[in-house]
Amino acid sequence: MKLKRLASAALILGTGYAASPVMADDLTLCWAAWDPANALVELSKDFEAQSGHNMSFEFVPWPNFADRMLNELNSGGKLCDLLIGDSQWIGGGAEAGHYVKLNDFFDSEKISMDDFAPATVYAYSTWPKGTPNYYALPAMGDANGWFYRKDWFEREDLKAEYKASTGNELGEPKSQKELMEVAKFFQEREIDGKKVYGASIFTERGSEGITMGATSALYPWGFKYENTPGKYDMEGAVNSPEAVEALEFYKGLYDCCTPPGYTDSYMGESLDAFKSGQVAMAMNWFAFFPGLYADPDTGGDKIDFFVNPPQNQAGSTLGGQGISVISYSENQEASLEYIKWFAQPDVQAKWWSMGGYSAHNSVLNDPGFKDSQPFAGDFLVAMDAVQDFWQEPAYAELLLAMQKRLHDYVVADKGTAKEALDALIEDWTEVFEDEGKL
Amino acid sequence: MSLDPVEQAARATPVTVAKKIRGLSDRAIAWIFVGPTILLLLAINIFPLIWTINLSFTNYKANRPNRPVEYVGLRNYERILNDSDIWLNMQATAHFLVWTIVFQVLIGFTLAWLINRKFKGNDLWTTIIVLPMMLSPAVVGNFWTFFYQPQIGLFNYVVSFFTGADPSSFEMLGSVDLAPWAIVIVDTWMWTPFVMLICLAGLRSIPNYIYEAAAIDRASKWRQFWTITIPMVLPFLMLAVLFRGIENFKMFDLVVQLTGGGPGSTTELASINLKREAFEKWRTGYSSAFAIILFVTVFGLASIYVKALNKVKER
Repeated sequence: MKLKRLASAALILGTGYAASPVMADDLTLCWAAWDPANALVELSKDFEAQSGHNMSFEFVPWPNFADRMLNELNSGGKLCDLLIGDSQWIGGGAEAGHYVKLNDFFDSEKISMDDFAPATVYAYSTWPKGTPNYYALPAMGDANGWFYRKDWFEREDLKAEYKASTGNELGEPKSQKELMEVAKFFQEREIDGKKVYGASIFTERGSEGITMGATSALYPWGFKYENTPGKYDMEGAVNSPEAVEALEFYKGLYDCCTPPGYTDSYMGESLDAFKSGQVAMAMNWFAFFPGLYADPDTGGDKIDFFVNPPQNQAGSTLGGQGISVISYSENQEASLEYIKWFAQPDVQAKWWSMGGYSAHNSVLNDPGFKDSQPFAGDFLVAMDAVQDFWQEPAYAELLLAMQKRLHDYVVADKGTAKEALDALIEDWTEVFEDEGKL
Repeated sequence: MSLDPVEQAARATPVTVAKKIRGLSDRAIAWIFVGPTILLLLAINIFPLIWTINLSFTNYKANRPNRPVEYVGLRNYERILNDSDIWLNMQATAHFLVWTIVFQVLIGFTLAWLINRKFKGNDLWTTIIVLPMMLSPAVVGNFWTFFYQPQIGLFNYVVSFFTGADPSSFEMLGSVDLAPWAIVIVDTWMWTPFVMLICLAGLRSIPNYIYEAAAIDRASKWRQFWTITIPMVLPFLMLAVLFRGIENFKMFDLVVQLTGGGPGSTTELASINLKREAFEKWRTGYSSAFAIILFVTVFGLASIYVKALNKVKER
């Protein structure tokens, strides 16, 4: 009798276990609050249906995202099981032990980093940079690009006037200097009875805005963080004549061609300026482009997109993020399950179709990709020439120093571009000395 | 037999407790009562202060708990005191502090003096005037950013109405010259009512018979104002200055909401920089030293001021 009971109990347990392979967990995914995050909520419903796990989301507005999430990580918080963190956090995340190293998991699940765009693997996943030590799966490719009022650019009267005043055709700028020329043409011009302005650019002081904006000029001029990668020898690289010229250009663009009061503007302000019909051109992350194209007032055939123009070379500021498993999470198994699911080519294809920027080669190399969206081809071009900020563990100190020096020079008219970059080298040297790297 | 209330209370005390307490001195009983409070103060005030002082001599970073902590002596203090940017922060703080106090005292006292005169709708006006200080600084900061917006801002349009200047020709928050005054204006708008209320309390504490006696002695209104009103309201005014001074020395939320410390670092007050160093750059040792310097400064200034205040009261 006893044996029978034991056997039936074992049968029940055995069948029960077989029916539901793992217990349902409540997973929380943390990210910034923006359009792609909403797409991910929709996409993740498939994961919930397949796995039985419940997904919750913690989305923080961009200006507070780094502050909020880095505090969470530094305090060993268990709010997030999965985090789509900024590319620059990878060094700190890896060295401080916030992120789970994914190499063994990738090996066991046959997830290959060769299946993802090399630039995104390098930027979003590896630490130390370029080594095969992976702390994230590329989740969202992104770069800083431009969009403009196509309907204004196509107006015959404006085209003729532009040609008469500059000798050039009005169209998508082919260089940074041409971009300024176009911006100057539109600055304070009256269109349809309304005064409009040249361009909306990033000038935000508090988080990362002006750095992301100014590097979009610095990189095309050939700006380098170090003379020799990994040596932290910044003198002559950070303050090179090209870097000085690029920074002077960015200040010139701010002075000549932005709407009044855009002294602290970032993503939201750029979108507002464009959608309200204030500016002819605006910079912003590719992540916003699907939403901009769908806008009923300024989207559709009124808008078009272009890659950050080259100057001495091609160069775009890298955005985008990888998805990591938080080491303090109590649901690491289920979190890894999510990553395994997300890495599948068909999920990646759906991710792109819903507005997320997949970094998976099967999506990017698809022959129909370039024509799938009006900005898809530009995205591929941009991702071929992206550069990122320092990804050091001391990234926050390095970034805030650059924010201060750039804002002091560009917006507050303090000193010269050379002085700003010299001061930046001093700040960064102090940080690297504290870190024991110099 | 009925017992008096004291006897009843004595009997209500449990015998064991009563026996224990009976052997204690008044001083010991007093310690029992204040002990928990002192322990709480030690835990939440004194211990963190001592810990901060300890951290200020190290290179500790709260976001890098695994990094070895080294004692660096006075290096953090030396760096701060030799940092020209920190001195610019202190200048910005001093500018904000001095001008907000000057405007708030002048306008607050004038309003109190006007409100103190009996007129119809007196209570209604008092309520309207004190409304700004009831709002959250974050809300005030937020809507003043709209007031100051060069293209749609009410403030720019009002200035334009009186001066004829184009509203979008000046940027209160974006201009290096105007931003320090923009934050002074908002703080003055918000906190003048507080100074007014304190002054009003002072004005209403002056007995009428003093003015009546002065009038009998044929003292003019002007003379009464300088020899009765001002001296008797002065302790109240000085108290208001102390409160506003301490508050504005550590001003953070309103200015962050308005300018974020910009343009550049023009309105980066000491507290804003301290927050950046401590919780954005995570330079815990360095920011501890900065916090101690600010603490000593405000404590020293407040102590000198309180002594002066006591002297005024004694007069």
